[in-house]
Amino acid sequence: MLELKDIHYNAGEKEILRGINLVIGEGEIHSIIGVNGTGKTTLAAIIMGLNGYSPDKGRIIFNGKNIIDLSITERAKLGITLAWQIPANFEGITVREYLSIKKNSADPKKALKLVGLNPDLYLDRVVDENLSGGERKRVELASVLSIKPKLVILDEPDSGIDMASIAAIKKMIRSFKKMGASVLLITHSEEMAKIGDSVALLCNGKIVKEGNVKEVTEFFKRYCKGCTHVGEIEEEILK
Amino acid sequence: MNFDYSKEFQAMIDAYKKAGGNEKVLIDNKFGSIVINENKVLGKNEINGFHVKHESIKEGVNVKIFIDEKVKIESPIHLCFGMLPKEGKQVINSEFFIGKDAKVEFLAHCTFPNAKHIEHIMNSRVSIGVNGNMSYIEEHYHSESGGTLVYPKLRGEIKEGGKLSEEFRLTRGRVGILNIDYEIEQDERSACDLLTKVYGKKDDRIEVRESLHLNGEYAAGTAKSRIVLIDNAFGNVLGEIEGNAAYTRGHVDCHEVVHGKGARAASTPKISVENPLARVTHEAAIGRINKKELETLMARGLTEEEAVDIIVRGLLK
Repeated sequence: MLELKDIHYNAGEKEILRGINLVIGEGEIHSIIGVNGTGKTTLAAIIMGLNGYSPDKGRIIFNGKNIIDLSITERAKLGITLAWQIPANFEGITVREYLSIKKNSADPKKALKLVGLNPDLYLDRVVDENLSGGERKRVELASVLSIKPKLVILDEPDSGIDMASIAAIKKMIRSFKKMGASVLLITHSEEMAKIGDSVALLCNGKIVKEGNVKEVTEFFKRYCKGCTHVGEIEEEILK
Repeated sequence: MNFDYSKEFQAMIDAYKKAGGNEKVLIDNKFGSIVINENKVLGKNEINGFHVKHESIKEGVNVKIFIDEKVKIESPIHLCFGMLPKEGKQVINSEFFIGKDAKVEFLAHCTFPNAKHIEHIMNSRVSIGVNGNMSYIEEHYHSESGGTLVYPKLRGEIKEGGKLSEEFRLTRGRVGILNIDYEIEQDERSACDLLTKVYGKKDDRIEVRESLHLNGEYAAGTAKSRIVLIDNAFGNVLGEIEGNAAYTRGHVDCHEVVHGKGARAASTPKISVENPLARVTHEAAIGRINKKELETLMARGLTEEEAVDIIVRGLLK
C-alpha cells in the first residue's frame, strides 16, 4: 500500500528526517510513536504533500506508484488523506456541508453516528471554535470517513481531548481498518499506539525501533518519555 | 393585485429566482412586493400598512415606500429590481418612510442576468420614525461578464429609539464595478448595523464607504464588511463612525481576504468622538486564505479552486 524509501527532509541547516524507511500494508494500522520534536508531524506532511514539505531525498510509493511529484489533491484522489493534530476551523460552514464537500461523499448522518455524535445535534452546527476539541476531532474523523479513503494519516488524534472522545476515536480507527483502509497513526501516547498492528519508534528524525507492538511501546515508555538526550540517539540505550 | 402579466414580468421573476429569491412571493397577494425592470414598475402588491407611490422617469423609476405608524408587518416585503437587457442604465430614486413604532423587513433582489454593460444607480433615502424598526437585506446577482456598474447610495436618518439593519450581499456572479456609499444620522437611543459582503473576482473593483453619525445620547452602531478578493480584484473599504454625544457606542469591523498574486485590498477605519463619554472602536484585518483550511479541503480531494470557493462562501454566508 505505502512504502517510504530513504526519506530525508531538512529545514534550513537542520535535519528533520534522516532516511525514513517504512512499509504499511493494506488494511494495516501502523503506529508511529515518538516524543515531541522527533519529526512525526513532518513525516505526515510529507506523505500528504503539504506545501513546503517536499523531501530532499527519497521516494514515496503508493500502490506501486511514486507519488513524490503529485499535489495534495492528486494524492487525495488516489485515496490518501490526513487528519491534522489541531483541525482547521471553517467560518460559516456547517458540519453537514463539511461532510458533503465531495459529490460522492458518504451519508453525513452515518459518518457522525460512527464517531459517536448525534446528527440531530451536530449537522447544523458550524465547524468553528464553538465545537469543543473532542467534538472537532470527531467531526474531522467523520469527514475523513465520508470520503472513503484508502490510507488515513492521523496526526495525534488523541491530543487535547476528553476521555469519552478518546474511546470514540479508538473505535473509529478500528472502523477504518474494518473498511479495508490502512491507517498511519502518529502519536506520543503508548496507549494509543497499542491500537496498531505494528509500531515504529521515531527518534530525532530516524526510525530507531519497529515491529512488535508490546516491545516497542514498553521501550518507549521506559526510555523515551523521560528522555534527556535531547535529540541525540543514545546508542547504548538502543543496544 | 396590480400586475402587468407580460413576458417581461415572467422574465424578471425567472431572474429573481436565479438571484436566490423565492419567486412565489411575487405572485402571492399575502406578501407585499414591487417588481421593477428598467424604468417600468411591472408589478406591485400593497398590503395593510404598506403603500407605494411611483413614477417612471427617463432612465428609471422614482419610488416612495410608506410603512404606516404602529404597523408591524410580519412577513418580509419583497423588492425585485433589475434590468433584463444587455446594455443600459437604470436609476432608482427610492425613499422609505417608516412610521413611528412600525416594524418591517425588506428583502431586495437586484438582478442583471444578461449584463454586458449595465449601469445601476440606486439613490435611497431612509427615514425611520421614533421607535421604528427597519431591516433591509439586498442581494445582488450579476452576470459573469463583469460589465455591471452598481452605485448604491443611501442617506438615512433614524429618530429616537429607531433601528436600522442593512445588509448588502454580492457573492454570486461578477461584481464589475461597485461603489457603495452609505451615510446615516442617528438620534438618541437609535441603533444601526451596516453589513457588506462582497466576493470580487478577475478585475472587479469594489469601493465601500459606510458612515455613521451617532448624534444622540446612547445611539449605537456598527459598520461591518466582509470582502473576499481573488485574481486581480481590488477592494477598498472606508468605515467611518463619529460619536457625537454622550454614551454613544460605535464599532467599525472590516475583514478582507485576498487570494492570488494580483488581488489587492485596502481598509481605512476613521473614527472620532466629540464627547468624552462616547466610545468608538475599530478592527480591521486583511489576510490570505488560511493555509490549513485550504490544505484540509485539498486533502479531501478538492482542487485548490474548489477549496477556495467553499472557504469563501463560508466567510460570506
